[in-house]
Amino acid sequence: MKNIIQNINKAFENRIRLGVMSILMVNDWVDFNTLKELLQVTDGNLASHITALEKEEYIQVRKAFIGKKPNTSFAVSKTGRKAFQEHLDALENLINSKKQ
Amino acid sequence: MDQDKEHLLQLQEIRSLMERSTKFISLSGLSGIVAGGIALAGAAVQYWYMEKEGRYMSCIKLSQDFLLFSIANFLGILILAVLSAYYFTQKKAKKNNQSLWDASSKRLLLNLATPLASGGAFCGVLYFYGLIGLLAPASLIFYGIALVNGSNYTLRDIRNLGFAEIALGFICAFNIGYGLLFWALGFGVLHIAYGIVMYYKYDRVQE
Repeated sequence: MKNIIQNINKAFENRIRLGVMSILMVNDWVDFNTLKELLQVTDGNLASHITALEKEEYIQVRKAFIGKKPNTSFAVSKTGRKAFQEHLDALENLINSKKQ
Repeated sequence: MDQDKEHLLQLQEIRSLMERSTKFISLSGLSGIVAGGIALAGAAVQYWYMEKEGRYMSCIKLSQDFLLFSIANFLGILILAVLSAYYFTQKKAKKNNQSLWDASSKRLLLNLATPLASGGAFCGVLYFYGLIGLLAPASLIFYGIALVNGSNYTLRDIRNLGFAEIALGFICAFNIGYGLLFWALGFGVLHIAYGIVMYYKYDRVQE
């Protein structure tokens, strides 16, 4: 049992972090407002979870300006993609092992 | 046991977010039914006009009047169909809490519009060479390709509708002269049939 849970990644335990990663896995670059809309969270809440993912180097950040407004987009990094895939595999294993 | 539930919820959430962020799922079945009805009505008007002029099945010799009437009729169908699709789709988008104009709908429109615009231009070329009989099959085939292409960015069911339109287009290509009939089948009957299927599959459950 121990080694099955091992691969469940603590960084993805939170619903919002999990959501951010899910969206970024299947999209190229997604900006802050789109993430906010899809996840239906507040600015501050989203920002803090994004910072956490950034610290783990799971996501890349690109800052740009649209006119005078700052516009920040995010994409998943190589490390992040690998980590998320392992997390999904772990979830799958866990559920399959329970079925037997 | 609680943890199990949590993991399952996680998986469901991942799946839903992946889908919602890439696919435009607010396409309404009702808009298919209405668009099909409009196309059938338009085809009936066209048929009536052709009968009156005694031109059914003769693909050659088009008078100025006939041409103007056909183009006006076709544009009327197109505008009404697009308006009704817009109306039902924005209604459903509101219910789904999905905005009508976001990355996913833009992607869907771009992927629909590319084959559609090419098809429209190609029909212009056919007309330029006087190949009037090929207009109906060409429009069916290109519309089918547009649907198959767009299906990657919206409800998957559209894909089979696209294949059906393409097949119908080729059958029509070998039965020139029955263009209007096939056109009514493809844009009218198929739309209605698919609209009903999609309505029962997606829309009704949510109401």
